[in-house]
Amino acid sequence: MSEDINLTKTLRERRIIFLLLVLAVAIPIIFPFSLKTHSTPLTEKAFNLIESTPAGSPVIISFDYDPSTVTELQPMAIAIIEHAWRKNHRIIAMAMWPQGSQMADMAFSEVQKKFGEEKVYGVDYVNLGYKPGGMVIIQTMGRNLKTVFPKDTAMNDYDSIPLLKNIKTIKDIKYVVSLSAGDPGLRDWIMTANGKFGIPVAGGTTAVSAPGFLPYVNDQNQLSGLLGGLKAAAEYELLLGYEGTASRGMNPQSIAHLLILALIVAGNIRVWRNRRKEKMAKEVNNG
Amino acid sequence: MKHLHLILLFLLISMVAFANPEEIDTYYAEDAPWDDGTAVLHKWNLSAKWDSLSLQKADSLGVYQEIFNEFSLSGQYKETGLTPDIKHQYRLVLYNKEQGDSLTLFAETTTQQQWFSMDKLPLLILLLIICSSVLYYILSARRGKELFIRRISGLDSIDEAIGRATEKGKPILYVPGISDLNDIQTIASLNILNHVAMKSAEYGTELLVPCRFSMVMSAAHETVKDAYLKAGRPDAYKEDNIFYVTDDQFGFVAGVDGIMLREMPAANFFLGAFWAESLILTETGFITGAIQTAGTGQPHQLPFFVVSCDYTLIGEELYAASAYLSRDPQQLGSLKGQDFGKLLTIILILAGIIAEIAGFGWFKNFFEGVF
Amino acid sequence: MKSKIPQLLAFLSGLVILVAAFIPHTPFGMFEETLTNWFMIISSFAILLGQSSLIQSNVAKITQKAPNWKYHIATLVSFGVMLIFGLLWGMENTPGILGQGEKLAESLGSKPFDYLFEYAFMPLSSTMFSLLAFYIASAAYRAFIMRTFESNLLLITAVIVMLGRTSFATILTSWIPDSLHFLRLPELTDFIMQYPNTAAQRAILISAALGVVGASLRIILGIERSYLGGEK
Repeated sequence: MSEDINLTKTLRERRIIFLLLVLAVAIPIIFPFSLKTHSTPLTEKAFNLIESTPAGSPVIISFDYDPSTVTELQPMAIAIIEHAWRKNHRIIAMAMWPQGSQMADMAFSEVQKKFGEEKVYGVDYVNLGYKPGGMVIIQTMGRNLKTVFPKDTAMNDYDSIPLLKNIKTIKDIKYVVSLSAGDPGLRDWIMTANGKFGIPVAGGTTAVSAPGFLPYVNDQNQLSGLLGGLKAAAEYELLLGYEGTASRGMNPQSIAHLLILALIVAGNIRVWRNRRKEKMAKEVNNG
Repeated sequence: MKHLHLILLFLLISMVAFANPEEIDTYYAEDAPWDDGTAVLHKWNLSAKWDSLSLQKADSLGVYQEIFNEFSLSGQYKETGLTPDIKHQYRLVLYNKEQGDSLTLFAETTTQQQWFSMDKLPLLILLLIICSSVLYYILSARRGKELFIRRISGLDSIDEAIGRATEKGKPILYVPGISDLNDIQTIASLNILNHVAMKSAEYGTELLVPCRFSMVMSAAHETVKDAYLKAGRPDAYKEDNIFYVTDDQFGFVAGVDGIMLREMPAANFFLGAFWAESLILTETGFITGAIQTAGTGQPHQLPFFVVSCDYTLIGEELYAASAYLSRDPQQLGSLKGQDFGKLLTIILILAGIIAEIAGFGWFKNFFEGVF
Repeated sequence: MKSKIPQLLAFLSGLVILVAAFIPHTPFGMFEETLTNWFMIISSFAILLGQSSLIQSNVAKITQKAPNWKYHIATLVSFGVMLIFGLLWGMENTPGILGQGEKLAESLGSKPFDYLFEYAFMPLSSTMFSLLAFYIASAAYRAFIMRTFESNLLLITAVIVMLGRTSFATILTSWIPDSLHFLRLPELTDFIMQYPNTAAQRAILISAALGVVGASLRIILGIERSYLGGEK
């Protein structure tokens, strides 16, 4: 019986918390204000990888996520495509998640608005689409890229795509950026593309998954930069000098963080009061 | 006269040898070491007067085609995707566009397949040591040596959780992670599923196994079916209870959350690889009041499990679970071997720290495969 | 016999992959490539297996009028609609049986499959992920309680990292002099994430990796075979 009462109480508390969180996110969206963010070393490392790669280099952006994580990962994709195009890198998009291919198309069309006719499909970028298999796919790409992707998403033959003319294996790629929401994803790229073929790999993940990849940012450069969540996407936008969806999303996120802190304080007060009540009840019983 | 020629030649060689190295343009191509004979490494060191380059390769007709043109005074380029055991001819053409000057350097090499990746030698040594220790302890256990394995409360609680589900007359939910069958965490989870299925068959409690990948579903079918057979309850096995939901990460989460809220399982097991969805699953389970056991090899998801579950298997405990539950001496022996691996790692970390402080760079280089 | 053949296959393929990792010479590289290709082919066919299981289990629930059977109709209808739209008019640049469906795309703004993907599937998926924020808030309220020395430490760290990850962090601690810059919240957060957090993660990763070695050896040697449906 007391178990049921506790569960009902917990449920009621949760509903209040959920309502407060809705308000914490909605109010900064309705009444926007401007808060400055600053770039962190992990974001700068990823930025520098792209910045230092020579113009004309073929690069891979792997869209290893689906619409569920679009709020965190799509702003990263847009910022990275924009940066790569500014540096005149030739982008090969691929996906290890079924819906990643559509995510790539959406990101390209978003950045295309800024570049207009300047960037041509097949010359400056190509979408090779989705392939199942995770790490196995990357291993096979190390031997022959064409066997994995005989055609792009528009059904053009591999050999007919100008961008892919001199690209035989993944070893011809200058860097890989994996935008990853889980498995398969960034971990496979680190272990195979970097570990096996020595290609620089940078990554973007959701904020909850980012701490798990920190051990790979080390002296051996297993990971050449890590973007963790919306804040890192906002930092990347800052480094590129524009305010995009990530920068605008930082205000609600900051307020939500403050709310969580307030909730932690409230939770501690509740526990302290309960303990005091119990103590007093005990004293009354003993007395 | 002959002597004079020799002296002049000697002087010429000396001048070349002792001249400022920056003034010499060098280029060579060599077979990439320790590979499958599909790559050539080009290296060059140029004097400052050049401003562009063109690396060219002779095709089957002997016509040179450009393969690389990014300029740097001192650089290298790895050409890949070549056929092994073939002789390749190259030339590096250097230009000074302002002065209209140019220079061509030639090189040739034959790609060769190697029998051993020397850069992986430290990995092989470590692998052999750890595997040997695992095998040694397996053999010791086979000979009847008593091995002490610490208690893992998350695993001890499995029977309790199943018992509670039986008492309440509610089903057990088992999620074998969201990775495919090529992830060892999924295999480890299927091994635990075998034990859970056997207990659920013994107690006559319904077991639900939603799967994200169809290959995992097929393997789970076999595992559960066998467990029911071994428990002497093949009639209780329901194939429909082990089912595919969707490949989509959060579509799968929505499906599992729906099952938890509708079926209200009394015991939830989340064992395997989990990512951002871990807290969504376990918090929903918390709301339904189920006793929850979770475990993953993903360190970044452990805090979420610890917060919302009754028992959590941390990292290696997931892999050890099957051995622990089976109490098979051979499997327990392998756990002891892993412990030796841990000891070795600790020793190597300490040795590495001391070597770096003392300035012995070779120690770190050896483990990085640089000889 | 039923479990002996899979065990033999597991042993041989495990051994070949292990050896091929150290020997680049033919035929070892080829073995690895062949096995990985096989895996890709099986993965592709397994997608069909998943679809058939989805249809089978949902149809069974509907025909048996199981509790909440109406939800299963919704699943099958959604599956069918997406499948038919994809087959008839394709998606993005890929044509379907009836071509690119220009007229439909003109009226909807995109192909029917893409329209549903963008305006139904994407918001639904994002909604599921956004639940995480709500659950993090309620879990934090429940879990970060001052009890012991360790839990206090966890609480303090969590507060620093959470504050450090907001835009307020810079405003709150920008007054700290440059000589004590490491005490500024963003820098303190970076320090916590980069050193104590990474050190603990590495420890778990290393022991988990050793666990993988042990588990793999047990599987290759056939000591562990419950995953095949044949527990020792």
